[in-house]
Amino acid sequence: MSTEEQVLPGTAIEVTMPACHKDEDEYEMVYHKPHTMVDVGMHYCPGCAHSLVHKLIMEVVEELGIQETTIGVAPVGCSVFAYDYMDIDMTEAAHGRACAVATGIKKLMPDKYVFTYQGDGDLAAIGIAETLHAVNRGENILIVFMNNAVYGMTSGQMAPTTLPAMHTTTSPDGRDVAYYGAPIKVSELLSVLPGSFYVTRQAVNHANAVRKAKKALTNAFKYQQLHKGTCIVEIIGNCPSNWKMTPLEAAKFIDEEMVKTFPLGDIKVPKAEDLKANKRLFI
Amino acid sequence: MTEYKLMKGNEAMAEAAIQAGCDAYFGYPITPQSEVLEYLAREMPKHGRIVLQAESEVASINMVYGAAGAGFRAMTSSSSPGMSLMQEGISYIAGAELPCLLVNVNRAGPGLGTIQPGQGDYFQSVKGGGHGDYKMIVLAPASVQEMADFVYLGFDLAEKYRNPVLMLSDGAIGQMMEKVKFHPYTRPPFDKSWATTGKPASRGRNYITSLHILPENMEKHNRHLEEKFKAIRENEVRFEEINTEDAEYLFVAYGLSARICQKSMELAKEKGIKVGLLRPITLYPYPYQRLKELASQVKLMLSVELNSGQMVEDVKLAVEGKVPVEFYGRMGGMMPTPEEIVHHLETLIQYHHVN
Repeated sequence: MSTEEQVLPGTAIEVTMPACHKDEDEYEMVYHKPHTMVDVGMHYCPGCAHSLVHKLIMEVVEELGIQETTIGVAPVGCSVFAYDYMDIDMTEAAHGRACAVATGIKKLMPDKYVFTYQGDGDLAAIGIAETLHAVNRGENILIVFMNNAVYGMTSGQMAPTTLPAMHTTTSPDGRDVAYYGAPIKVSELLSVLPGSFYVTRQAVNHANAVRKAKKALTNAFKYQQLHKGTCIVEIIGNCPSNWKMTPLEAAKFIDEEMVKTFPLGDIKVPKAEDLKANKRLFI
Repeated sequence: MTEYKLMKGNEAMAEAAIQAGCDAYFGYPITPQSEVLEYLAREMPKHGRIVLQAESEVASINMVYGAAGAGFRAMTSSSSPGMSLMQEGISYIAGAELPCLLVNVNRAGPGLGTIQPGQGDYFQSVKGGGHGDYKMIVLAPASVQEMADFVYLGFDLAEKYRNPVLMLSDGAIGQMMEKVKFHPYTRPPFDKSWATTGKPASRGRNYITSLHILPENMEKHNRHLEEKFKAIRENEVRFEEINTEDAEYLFVAYGLSARICQKSMELAKEKGIKVGLLRPITLYPYPYQRLKELASQVKLMLSVELNSGQMVEDVKLAVEGKVPVEFYGRMGGMMPTPEEIVHHLETLIQYHHVN
């Protein structure tokens, strides 16, 4: 469908600048929203990680100058409208099927940058088969895996990644590990497959974490040029609405609880010899 | 320079895919159509095309979705249980208006059923199959030659309407060997400006989706799709008639059943029974109008199918009760003999007093 036919769910934000004594061009630009973002309001809840991660991806796309050669695949879940915010060509996949859709795109256009953006329900439950096999084939794509330990869009049901004893709408007494099993550590699982090239787990709950997450995304996009395998950037996402927390509490919950099950940091890094030949790319 | 070759239906279809410029084939093994994947795994790389054995039919159809969304000629094939797995993806493809070619080499069901030929997927193919309001153009080959010809036609129609096209074959047509000729083919021009190939500065972003969250937009999209299906119904009905000029009775049958009915017609003629055959080539859109016309000529229609009576409902819809419409079918991979069909026709002529 063309863009014009769809009424965007967000509404444009009108910003009225306060009267000031300087002309606009007298200010030094210290930060701007990436031009690869569509200038509309987002539907995400306050304190949600999605908007931030969308922006990080689009910053990377802008900085690497790959807007014309990047194709994104959106999932079913809270980020189902990702294509409303990212000013790149995108495809909306059926629930869980993003990695299969991305395979179809990448196999036909191996020199384009292709990434999927998937939540934990999408990737780790209904789409685990497509994910595992895409990684096992070493599809040269980037999987951005947003893990907030709940089904966000359907309002907070238990996900495969829900923490032990964590309360959700479908585990009202807390996740019973004896009944439902332990949370799946998908990134660790995928890291043992020879097809995965770079696997890392990041968060965006404070400024330092955001910088690290962006660095990881930048590297992951660059690695696609090597045609060496799948990159997985898992991001522990804040979900204050479904965690029944304030945004600040949610940010703390990641540091205090989520990292116990999902420790942050690189899980699999590229071999030095794979990067050596392409030094200029990875400064 | 075209010459006849002796080929299996499945292989003829695979070869036609290559000649029709199919860019990518994604499939999963299932009897009775695994030859397609085998043939293309061998031949596609020679032409620089993509072939991939997916982890499931669910993955295959979504790979087709991705490739078709990027503007490439993509196809998959399977058999009944595999087609059931694909229905979600087909619904998304139809909703997102992507062209692609699907092939179902129908076996007998339900469930795991058997690997022998069947036509029990008629309803799934022409009435929906997946969720929501959509239609596929459904082509029913009755020979190895048509297994090849309908690949070209299928891709062309898919691109003309930006809609999935299904070739509904069966285990016998897929497995049997006949002579086949690959005709010279010129691909019609196809506007791919909507495809997700990467957004140049010169245009807005393209996105492929079937999501229209606002009800008024969803309905608008539904109406747009319905307009398209209406155009398909008006322009794409295809059928074959044999001996209908002076027919007093009519067989209605597609695919393998139609082949069997052709022999039945010869046997009936020897007995002095004037029976013709209407063979729908497109099962969607269905030749309702022609059947309606024939209802004022013949005294009885007999729908012959390899199922428990599915297409007969469409024959009845067309005929609107003007003449008796009866059904004869075998199931489970069993096939009626031509004699069996004639005997059944004779019995019905007696029963309805229409001799």
